[in-house]
Amino acid sequence: MESNVNPMPVPGQPEAPDTGTLKGFLQFLWQELKPRGKVLTPFNIITAIIILGGIIIIAIRLAKGLGAVTNLSQTYPWGIWIGFDVVTGVAFAGGAYILTFAVHILKVKKYEPIVRATVLNGFLAYVFYSGALLLDLGRPWNVVNPIIGNAFGYGSVLFLVAWHFLLYTLCLFIEVSPAIAEWLKWVKARRIIQKVTTATIILGVTLSTLHQAGLGALFLTAPSKIHPLWYSSNIPVLFFISSMFAGFSMIIIESMFTHKIFSDRLDEHHRASHNKILLGLAKGSASVMAAYLFLKVIDLTHGHQLGLLLTPMGLWYLVEVAGFTLLPLVLYVVAIRRQSVRLVQWTALLTAIGVILNRLNISVIAFKWYEAVRYYPSWMEIWVTLAVISMELWVFQWVINRMPILGEHEDFKSEEKTLTNLNDGEVVRWKASAS
Amino acid sequence: MAINRRNFLKVAGAAGGILLAGGARSGRTAQTPQTPQTAGGSVEFYGILIDTTKCIGCRACEEACNAKWSLPKPKVSFSSESVFEKKRETTPEAYLVVNRFPNAKSPDKPIFVRKQCMHCTEPSCASACLCKAMEKMPEGPTVYHKDRCMGCRYCMISCPFDIPKFQYDSASPFVKKCIGCPDRVAKGEQTACAEACPTGATLFGKRRDLIEEAKKRIYENPDRYYPHIYGEHEVGGTGYMYLSAVPFEKIDFRTDLGTKHYPELTSGFLSSVPLVDILWPAVLFGFNYLISDKEEEGGKENDHGE
Repeated sequence: MESNVNPMPVPGQPEAPDTGTLKGFLQFLWQELKPRGKVLTPFNIITAIIILGGIIIIAIRLAKGLGAVTNLSQTYPWGIWIGFDVVTGVAFAGGAYILTFAVHILKVKKYEPIVRATVLNGFLAYVFYSGALLLDLGRPWNVVNPIIGNAFGYGSVLFLVAWHFLLYTLCLFIEVSPAIAEWLKWVKARRIIQKVTTATIILGVTLSTLHQAGLGALFLTAPSKIHPLWYSSNIPVLFFISSMFAGFSMIIIESMFTHKIFSDRLDEHHRASHNKILLGLAKGSASVMAAYLFLKVIDLTHGHQLGLLLTPMGLWYLVEVAGFTLLPLVLYVVAIRRQSVRLVQWTALLTAIGVILNRLNISVIAFKWYEAVRYYPSWMEIWVTLAVISMELWVFQWVINRMPILGEHEDFKSEEKTLTNLNDGEVVRWKASAS
Repeated sequence: MAINRRNFLKVAGAAGGILLAGGARSGRTAQTPQTPQTAGGSVEFYGILIDTTKCIGCRACEEACNAKWSLPKPKVSFSSESVFEKKRETTPEAYLVVNRFPNAKSPDKPIFVRKQCMHCTEPSCASACLCKAMEKMPEGPTVYHKDRCMGCRYCMISCPFDIPKFQYDSASPFVKKCIGCPDRVAKGEQTACAEACPTGATLFGKRRDLIEEAKKRIYENPDRYYPHIYGEHEVGGTGYMYLSAVPFEKIDFRTDLGTKHYPELTSGFLSSVPLVDILWPAVLFGFNYLISDKEEEGGKENDHGE
């Protein structure tokens, strides 16, 4: 174990500040804000450079406008800050609603060990993606207009998405907050949160359903601009269904790193059931993917678009649908029959690529595919995207080193055992590879 | 049996609360499909009929528009024909541009076509905007409230004619487009461009009258016109309509936009929102309740037993 500056205080010990008082709380916070473990790891140095560069680019963007740093144009008003950061990122954050649904509503206990990490991931993803969204807005200070302004555009899909996005982020915060309360030793708050957990999760699943679908519905208004192979009145349903297997695949990818790096720190329960969890997730993913492909085939045949498959865009469509959705489905089935966890993990990576391709195709690549001058992201757009991801990793690393996320969350005592030993470098490596 | 009165009330109350909350929010959303901006009847909108067979490419309309909105003067003067060498799009500094197209019918007479906002009867941009920055006026113009706009550019994604333009080089950018001279139209006066037109190629009037006029022209001069009024039915009808001597795809109009109002594209989805918002929580609470019940019977603690 690296020398921790301040090991997590154990309740009852005199030196632990009393977080019940404001002074004690601030003292505790200050103590916790200090970095733990080795600071100058290669990962930290690289991400620090990326974040610093990102901040400079963001400053230029705020001072001179979007045109100074992005390749956005009058023809392509949305680039990767929307298409990747928001549209794709939110799909992958879908793991949180699927898993809370399985564990808290359907009471499938088997997945309990990974719920907290998944929910934390989802929450941070939402916070940072909405941050990225603010950068993309021309007039971000007006972002409150549809929330508290007097100009509600009820007829807008984006209005619906904005509200559901905001409310769901609050739900995720409540879902994460037991870990925060345990970290702060706020017993009473913990108990209150407990009482609203089920209602919050139900609300969260509902909100997720609508805003995952809503992100797809945004593109319904561009029938003449999106390539007919991708445009369909089923886009909202397709987005919702694919957010499920995007979520599943992300959980698999994450938990394979959890297992590898934290195997000695994870509790018995988690280790023993790890393979079962992954195979279960693979089964879930495969059945959802089958439904998704079924809808895709219906769209293709009903739209009489089979002829388009032999065009260049058609081949690209086949790469996405056959190569990164159908193939992973087959591989999942093979993996489940052979009980091969390794194959499940590789397949999850393929599936994730498929989801990224799908979201980017609809929002950027197949959007105005007919234009002579196409949009490509500028290096600064990519840099800022990386900076946003790096910042998220830093926060994730900070949280997971201090709050009871990975271990059993049964009572306040077990948390120190599982968590004080974590070493920043390892967390970072795990999380870095997970994204 | 574990159902006791207290538990039942708890669940019923919670479900009811969610229902009410969902209902309240979705009640508003439910209005969407039929939120036609004020003048739903649409026929009495003011509009413009642009007869491209009469346009001589003098660009007086461009100049008038530029003056009316105090836009920056272009580098090339309004009397220069050099701008016709390349097809132009509207920009944040030019809400109206005239383009030149070759005329297959009589090659010595090129066709001039002005391009600006079409002022759709049910504008896609207005239904896309989440803070009502784009709004259809009862008189017909689709206007822009710059104080409401957050710069998300969803209007640009949604506009079938790619008309809204964004000030990418500004730190405090706005969306810019022809807003149809709402100040003049409200007083019953014609737009600046219509007033400036020396040949009558741009004709201002009530939309219904303009359609009558257009039909009359086509009927009386079948050789002069291609028999179609662009904008009569496109995207559910537009306020600004066109007549042409040649098929419209030859002068760079999209003829694949369909005749559906664009807001209809999302109305199905939006009307499903209240259903999901209400039914999902009810079903989920039901599930949750059923499953906790089963577990209690088996003597196990339910999910709250942490």
